[in-house]
Amino acid sequence: MLAHRQQRLAIVLFILFGTAVAVGLVLVALDEGINVFYTPTEVSSGMVPENQNFRIGGMVKMGSVVKDGLQGAEVNFLTTDFCNDVLVSYSGPLPDLFREGQGVVADGYIDNGGVFQATQILAKHDENYMSAEVKASLDAAEEHDAEVCQQ
Amino acid sequence: MPEFQFDSFAAFLAMGDYAIYVWPVYILFALFFVTTVLPPILGRRKIIRQLKARLERMESNMAEQGEGN
Amino acid sequence: MWQWLYKLGSPRWFYELGERSLPWLWGATVFLLAVGVVWGLAFAPPDYQMGDNYRIIYMHVPSAGLMKGCFYMMAICSAAVLIWKIKMADIVAKAIAPIGVMATLLMLASGSLWGIPTWGTWWIWDARLTSSLLQFFIYMGIIVLRSAFDSQDSAARACAVLTLVGVVNIPIIEYSVEWWNTLHQGASSLGMRDASANPPEIWIPAFFTGFGFIGLFFIGLILRSQNEILLRERRTQWVRDLVAKETAGA
Repeated sequence: MLAHRQQRLAIVLFILFGTAVAVGLVLVALDEGINVFYTPTEVSSGMVPENQNFRIGGMVKMGSVVKDGLQGAEVNFLTTDFCNDVLVSYSGPLPDLFREGQGVVADGYIDNGGVFQATQILAKHDENYMSAEVKASLDAAEEHDAEVCQQ
Repeated sequence: MPEFQFDSFAAFLAMGDYAIYVWPVYILFALFFVTTVLPPILGRRKIIRQLKARLERMESNMAEQGEGN
Repeated sequence: MWQWLYKLGSPRWFYELGERSLPWLWGATVFLLAVGVVWGLAFAPPDYQMGDNYRIIYMHVPSAGLMKGCFYMMAICSAAVLIWKIKMADIVAKAIAPIGVMATLLMLASGSLWGIPTWGTWWIWDARLTSSLLQFFIYMGIIVLRSAFDSQDSAARACAVLTLVGVVNIPIIEYSVEWWNTLHQGASSLGMRDASANPPEIWIPAFFTGFGFIGLFFIGLILRSQNEILLRERRTQWVRDLVAKETAGA
C-alpha cells in the first residue's frame, strides 16, 4: 500500500518537474523574443531588427521633453537607460502617465537620421502609489533642500 | 481619520473624469460576487428537491414491494 | 493536525464544518468588502499621477491574488487526489475552478480598463499579460476536461494531471515582470515591502478588499463543495436524513 503511494507521489513529482523543465527550456529558447521592448543601449549598438517596427523602452530623460519639436513633430524627447539615449519623435495622443522621469515604451522605427519615429507611445507605471498631497509635500521638501544647497 | 475625497456627489460619480474606467470595474466586481455565491445557492435548492423526489420514489417502491409480499 | 486533516477528508465532516463556518464567513466577508470598497472608492486619497483611476487596483490586485491562490489550492488538491485518492480533494478542486475563472476574468478586465488611460493601451502581448491570459485558458481547459468524462474517477485523475501541468504557469506569471522586460510594472507591494513608496492611506483599503476576496472565495468554495457532497453522498443515511429534515417544513 505504502509502495503504491510512493509510486504515485513519484508520478506527481515527475509531472511537475517534467513540465517545469519543458517549459523552462522553451522559455530559454525564446529568450529575447519574450521581451516586449529593446533598451536604448541595444538600439545604439544595432541589436534591433532592420526595416521593421520595434518597441523601445526606457525612461523619459529629465528635461528632454520638447513640444512642437523637430520637423513638425508634436513632441520630442530622449529615452534613456542611463547608459545611452535615443531621440524619439512623435505626434499623437500621449497616455496620462507620460512624464519626464517616468518609464516609456514607444512603438516605431529608426529613420535615416537615427531618430526613433514613434507611431505609438505607451507609459510604464512604476508600481508605486502615492497620494497627491504626500507627493506635493515631498516635492516641496526637495525644493527646499535644493535651495539650501545653493546657498 | 480618512476624509471623503470629493467635493460633491457628482464629483464622486465623475471619478476625476475616470468614471468610464473605474465604475465598470466595480460593476464587474459585483458580478463576480454574484456569480460566486448565487449559482451554488440556487443549485442547492434544486439538488434538495431532486434528492427529496428520489427519496419518495424509493419509499413508494418499498411500499409496493411490501404489498407484494 | 493529521487527525484534523483526516477529518477534513470526510465529506460529512467537511459539510458540517462548512455549515458552522458559513454565518461567520458571510458576516466577515460582507463587512470587509463593504469597508474596502467604500474606503477605496471615496476615502482613499487620489494617486499623484493616476488621480482617481488608480482606485481600480483595489479590485485588480486582490483578483490577481485570487487567480494565483485558487490555482495553488487546486494543485495541492490534485496532488492529494493522485497520491492518496482522497475524494474530498477532488470535490474541492472542482468547486474552486469556477471561482478561479471569474477571478481571472475580473483581473484581466480591470487591468485592461486601468491600462487604457494609464498606459495608453488596453492590451499588449508582454510576458505578464500573455501568461495571465494563458492561465485563463488553463482554467477553462480543466473545466471543459472534467465535463468530457462520464466516469467521475477518470475525470478526477485527468483534471488533477492537467492542474499539476498548469500550475507551472503560476510562478511564470509571478516572475514574468522580473525575468523579462514588460509594459506591466513589478508586483504592487502595497506597503508590504516598502512602506515609504506605498503609504498606509493607500494600501489599507486593499487590505480590506484582499481579505474580503479571500472570504468570498471560501464562501464559494464551501457552497459549491456542499452541493457536490450532497450529490455524491446521496445514498448515505446522513444525506437522506438531511434532505428529509430540510423538506419537512415544506
